[in-house]
Amino acid sequence: MKELRLMKGNEAFAEAVIRAGADGYFGYPITPQSEVMEYLMAQKTHERTGMVTLQAESEIAAINMVYGGAGCGKRVLTSSSSPGMSLKQEGISYIAGAELPCLLLNVVRGGPGLGTIQPSQSDYFQSTKGGGHGDYRLIVLAPSSVQEMADFAGLGFELAFKYRNPVLVLSDGAIGQMMEKVELDVQQPRFTDEEIRKNTPWATIGKTPDRDHNIITSLDLESIKMEQHNQKLQEKYRLIEENEVRYEKIGCEDAEYAFVAYGTSARICQKAIELARAEGIKVGLMRPITLFPFPKKILNDMTSRVKGILCVEMSAGQMIEDVKLAVEGRIKVEHFGRYGGIVHSPSEIVEALKKQIIGG
Amino acid sequence: MTEEIIIAGFGGQGVLSMGKILAYSGVMQNKEVSWMPSYGPEMRGGTANVTVIISDERISSPILHEYDTAIILNQQSLDKFEHSVKTGGLLIYDPNGITRLPERTDINIYSIEAAEMAGKLGLSRVFNMIVLGGFLKLKPIVDMEYIHKGLEKSLPARHHVMIPENEKAIETGKTLITPVLVLS
Amino acid sequence: MAEFKTNPEILQPENLVYKRTNLLTEKALSYCPGCGHGTAHRIIMEVIEEMGIQSETIGVAPVGCSVLAYEFMNIDIQQAAHGRAPAVATAIKRLFPEKFVFTYQGDGDLAAIGTAETIHACNRGENMTIFFINNGIYGMTGGQMAPTTLPGMKSSTSPYGRDIQTMGNPLKMTELVATLPGTIYVTRQAVHTPSAVRKAKRAVRKAFENQKLNKGLSFVEIVSNCNSGWKMNPLQSNEWMVENMFPFYPIGDIKVNEEK
Repeated sequence: MKELRLMKGNEAFAEAVIRAGADGYFGYPITPQSEVMEYLMAQKTHERTGMVTLQAESEIAAINMVYGGAGCGKRVLTSSSSPGMSLKQEGISYIAGAELPCLLLNVVRGGPGLGTIQPSQSDYFQSTKGGGHGDYRLIVLAPSSVQEMADFAGLGFELAFKYRNPVLVLSDGAIGQMMEKVELDVQQPRFTDEEIRKNTPWATIGKTPDRDHNIITSLDLESIKMEQHNQKLQEKYRLIEENEVRYEKIGCEDAEYAFVAYGTSARICQKAIELARAEGIKVGLMRPITLFPFPKKILNDMTSRVKGILCVEMSAGQMIEDVKLAVEGRIKVEHFGRYGGIVHSPSEIVEALKKQIIGG
Repeated sequence: MTEEIIIAGFGGQGVLSMGKILAYSGVMQNKEVSWMPSYGPEMRGGTANVTVIISDERISSPILHEYDTAIILNQQSLDKFEHSVKTGGLLIYDPNGITRLPERTDINIYSIEAAEMAGKLGLSRVFNMIVLGGFLKLKPIVDMEYIHKGLEKSLPARHHVMIPENEKAIETGKTLITPVLVLS
Repeated sequence: MAEFKTNPEILQPENLVYKRTNLLTEKALSYCPGCGHGTAHRIIMEVIEEMGIQSETIGVAPVGCSVLAYEFMNIDIQQAAHGRAPAVATAIKRLFPEKFVFTYQGDGDLAAIGTAETIHACNRGENMTIFFINNGIYGMTGGQMAPTTLPGMKSSTSPYGRDIQTMGNPLKMTELVATLPGTIYVTRQAVHTPSAVRKAKRAVRKAFENQKLNKGLSFVEIVSNCNSGWKMNPLQSNEWMVENMFPFYPIGDIKVNEEK
């Protein structure tokens, strides 16, 4: 029986991770995502499900706590916003290198530097191209509603354990702060120690006589072995690209033009579609739900039907690079961005479509 | 039906909670809703505003630049949002909060002496519910029985004793709303 | 893991009085001959074996000379980022409160890059053990100045000796964490003589047993030599350690909070 509530995106995510059977949350306050830890603390997660919620001394400590918990086969997570995510990147690289499952949430705010606390999408490169040092990828899920903030908590853990890879939910200040209706899943049980031993036999939970000691590490001083490890990682990322692409198409059946946008921008584009269609412009939306793996093939297929694509991002133009690679120069692709914490208005998106794509 | 509303005033006037009660009431009546606040340092004693959308259909953008209704509780908000009301739309203001009257002639304008009434009743905390009553009188987009359920959901259980007081304030607001400019 | 066998041509089994613990793997230690790390590894693994807690123990070793500790310690173990072992161990202990959790950190790791994680884990009173190997130098990266390098002591980044005016004072982390309410047992030991090793091993045992009491963090510093980094032979380095390190880092218990 699902439960219906009106919740902020940050709170819906927090409630959903409890219900997904999370074992531990480790975080550090930063606007606009502090409601995640505040909610977990108010819920007394330790009494409710046995879940540990700990306020760490820094984002750096928090991500390394996630490393420790993930190395034990537990469902663990952290959340932050842009400057805090920058601090976590070293730890995320270690987690990816050691092939540990975990859930990350970035409620993005405008940058660079301390930037602003208002919503932005300027962490796309950091999120989809690795972020820290070394050749690695995160699975990146981009929610565009409070419902998806909740849904991607459970899905995130599922994918993280399926591939032994960190999963990042890339949200923004608008989705984190706004309230919408949300249907919550029923409570899932936390892993038992027996399940951890059986399902994650690599986890460090104490060496027993029936097996060798388990080691969690991202280090190999022999280059040839490190290259083999990297090849294995790359094979995993190809497999993820084959199996895990997620997207949504809105109003594309008869579309002559398309917006490509994710998260909050995708919501505003839906309003822009209403306005444009009222003027007789046939425009649709392709919304990537996974930013890695990016829906390349879908976009490439669309080039046979649409004449041009307007990439709408709350950034100076980051996702557009992936869109252009996917489109392979077959049709016109233009960027329309607002940034630094400014959100597009639907009407200015329509104007940009007319000027940059239809008239251009 | 889709109603796009901005509620704006000072922090502490109950702007965000008015929006939340309206939104939760919409949820209880099985409508689609969104509630998008301004957030951050603005909240701390400065201006506060919230965009509330209530609709029978899936809501596209939760962030808007023009509105069907603007509920204005201070001068900064009037300056900021008067020109964001759609032509033919609605603007409600409390004269106690403003120093200059609205200038638009292409929208419907109503005033509500909510602060004065709240003061008279000695119940400053229901000020926002008086304003909400005024709005609901003009646009009954949510039925009163669902407002009751919305109050139950929005208020913590220890405040449920105050629900009758809030409902009374809403009813009072319905009687206080006064036309200033009504388009024919 | 195969049991270590003694060679009967050299030693008859009936004459065997000591044998290497099975909790050290057969891998040859990567530490320089004469370095104290090997002994520190051995006594920690002996204690875990003697307490019979191998299946309940999880270790964390971050970056430093002991970055490969996981190859030598036959327990479940995590390699942590530089400085972050106390954070990693905090999560493990919180998620498995009944297990025995320890970190094994050098001075650069614990007292420089990981100062925040160390102090906060101690201050929260995480119910685990920190082993701190202090040799006053960055051994792995080739002998650079550490936070614990003594005044006037030469290193590759203080080639004319540590000048405290420009390079700051050596940091006594062990005394510092002893002031925090979250620590239950804080001690400084050494492993340069058989009697020192016996005392250090008793401290290691006490630190692990404290975890059963659920009363706070136990912190065991082991002042050690780095003959390579100090550019001495092992004997000289131990003598130098006694003459120079011990006066600044005196051996003995700093905090024993039995009543807490």
